[in-house]
Amino acid sequence: MEENVRGFLKERFDEAVIGEDNFRGEQTFQIKPESLIDICQALLEEVELDVRYLSDITVVDWLGHERERDGRFEVVYNLYSLSSRHRFFLSIRLESDRPTLRSLTDLWPSANWLEREAYDLFGIEFTGHPDLTKILTPEDLEGHPLRKDFPLTWEQPTFGWNKDAPPEVIR
Amino acid sequence: MGLEEKIPDSIILTTLDKMVNWSHKRSMWPLGFGLACCAIEMMAAFAPRFDLARFGMEVMRPSPRQADLMIVAGRVSMKMAPVIKTLYEQMPNPKWVISMGSCASCGGVFNNYAVLQGVDRIIPVDVYVPGCPPRPEQLIDGILKLFARVEKESLKDQREEWGRKAV
Amino acid sequence: MAETRTVTLNMGPQHPSTHGVLRVVLELDGERVVSAKPVVGYLHTGIEKTMESMLYYKALPCTDRMDYLSPMSNNLGYCLAVEKLMDIEVPEKVKWARVCLAELTRIKSHLVWLGTHSIDLGAMSMLLYTFRERESIIDVYEACGGQRMMTSYIRIGGLAHELPPDFESKVRRAVTEVSEHLGDYEALLTKNQIFINRTKGVAVISAEDAIAWSLSGPMLRGSGVKHDLRKSNPYSGYENFDFDIALGRNGDAYDRYLLRLEEIRQSIRIIRQTLDGMPEGPYRAHVPGVVLPPKEDILYKMESMIFHFKIITEGFKAPVGSVYQAIEAPKGELGFYITGDGTNKPRRVRVRPPSFVNLAALPCLVEGSLFADVVCAIGTIDIVLGEVDR
Repeated sequence: MEENVRGFLKERFDEAVIGEDNFRGEQTFQIKPESLIDICQALLEEVELDVRYLSDITVVDWLGHERERDGRFEVVYNLYSLSSRHRFFLSIRLESDRPTLRSLTDLWPSANWLEREAYDLFGIEFTGHPDLTKILTPEDLEGHPLRKDFPLTWEQPTFGWNKDAPPEVIR
Repeated sequence: MGLEEKIPDSIILTTLDKMVNWSHKRSMWPLGFGLACCAIEMMAAFAPRFDLARFGMEVMRPSPRQADLMIVAGRVSMKMAPVIKTLYEQMPNPKWVISMGSCASCGGVFNNYAVLQGVDRIIPVDVYVPGCPPRPEQLIDGILKLFARVEKESLKDQREEWGRKAV
Repeated sequence: MAETRTVTLNMGPQHPSTHGVLRVVLELDGERVVSAKPVVGYLHTGIEKTMESMLYYKALPCTDRMDYLSPMSNNLGYCLAVEKLMDIEVPEKVKWARVCLAELTRIKSHLVWLGTHSIDLGAMSMLLYTFRERESIIDVYEACGGQRMMTSYIRIGGLAHELPPDFESKVRRAVTEVSEHLGDYEALLTKNQIFINRTKGVAVISAEDAIAWSLSGPMLRGSGVKHDLRKSNPYSGYENFDFDIALGRNGDAYDRYLLRLEEIRQSIRIIRQTLDGMPEGPYRAHVPGVVLPPKEDILYKMESMIFHFKIITEGFKAPVGSVYQAIEAPKGELGFYITGDGTNKPRRVRVRPPSFVNLAALPCLVEGSLFADVVCAIGTIDIVLGEVDR
């Protein structure tokens, strides 16, 4: 099944696939952002491969690491084939300011909430999404919490010796 | 002493404070307000092994207007904090609050941007029950300590305050 | 001429039937639901960001608190993902013990589901019965890990301590009690006309819709799609055990109820197989520098003490790369996507929550049906808000 997926992508979308990785048995293809919707549409239509299940949409923030030179945000689409029980990943690198991608809600309805979560926690904007609003964080929280430059914000606990001082918020 | 020997056995003499406190503590109805993992232990405290109904908490009222005890069980996130404040204000007097679990008492394991570090920042708490999650026996111990506190209350302390609020 | 409008009703965060703090904004036309929009986030705790600021070992207790009805499954998923990242092979006994505990967790989660679903529909005594059975399973948890719920017993590389000496007798007793009382639950609910009226034909989803909405677990199998991660991508030794997958036919709430009862029976079958053939061996892998040495060795061997100190204070360095490990949790496909970046803290711990993805399909399940069916639909999806909001 690995060969089938690789062959399919190389044959139809050779210039869109930038790289391939196989770390601990996870087959990952790095693709260009513009070709996402075409690749996913073609995978849905290809009956032999039977890739109809979108498991997950994840974002990794590589700020401060040497892998950041390819792009700060790595958006990973987790696709699964029910009949051949094979899982593979499509990875897209985006730059730091105004990361934008095409939304997949008209192909998979489950992408609706997964993309809303990626927007809320990381700030990735999805064009064509019906309702791109915050889903997990409260309305008055500004910023995108899971980015690496957003602090964890923990407070110093109060003991006897500092109970009269105001609570100190450590960023 | 002299009077009590002469009255029949079915009459008890007591003070108004004791009567009122006894009726408060023997039929306190909790508000069904479970947030996270501690809610499951609270439900287990109502379950057959550790029966809470023997302490008078027969029903768990879902509406705040009909409850007098709010057991805040679980982590309070920043989005939920205004909701808790509204619920507390909707409960009629007299009301008590038990903060169950470490997350409700002080933020618990989670010391970050999303969790309120202790529900006592927004509402006054009577008893704190630590644990992650506390065993049902610990919750029952907390409730019994609350009962001991209720026994010491007095109407004359509250009369002035209620009088002021009613005006 | 009278003008009719739809009513917007808020099924608020504090509600006895929403299993936690879920808010559903409903638009009703009389009793019919025109649209249902779930609003989540009232329990958002930032667990993922907290886990990214801790060492791999220290992040383990955070996983217990996500899906708090099946804590050992979360531990198992996280440990399998980290073991895949660090390329650690665990001994056979650990695999069998993990399977036994994961199946006990599945029974526990389904029992709580049954109790709360029944009390939503009006059968109040079921809650008391299922919580009584849950107590005998919690006795096993307490014997293993010392805590009733959040044991963190399944650790990276093995188990926290050796299995207790009365493990087998306690598990056998718990399993016998559950299997005896399962007949009582069937007698109370399965042919009960009221229960059938409230669940048959309610919250129906077809197989194509279920795959398009990425449902998993009993929601997917209730519509007839034969997909179970324990059989298709086996992990932790599941290929050694003999069990069947329960499948539904119509995709409604009644089928899912029967399916979950059948899953409890199959779990009992797996547990009996693990107890009959549990192999002997160490309870932890021997990978110095990554897996903590057993506590007995620390007092007598110098290398163990040094490794223990280093692992607890500094942790181990993970390679740069990402792994994904999905397990069949009681609610569905629970996946952990962990990215290591060469340091001792993970760069990204992503939890693929089954309840979050299943809950997104709520509008598809209830639009056009009666208002009382919304409560049944929320119950049959089997959500746990701790996992939806993390």
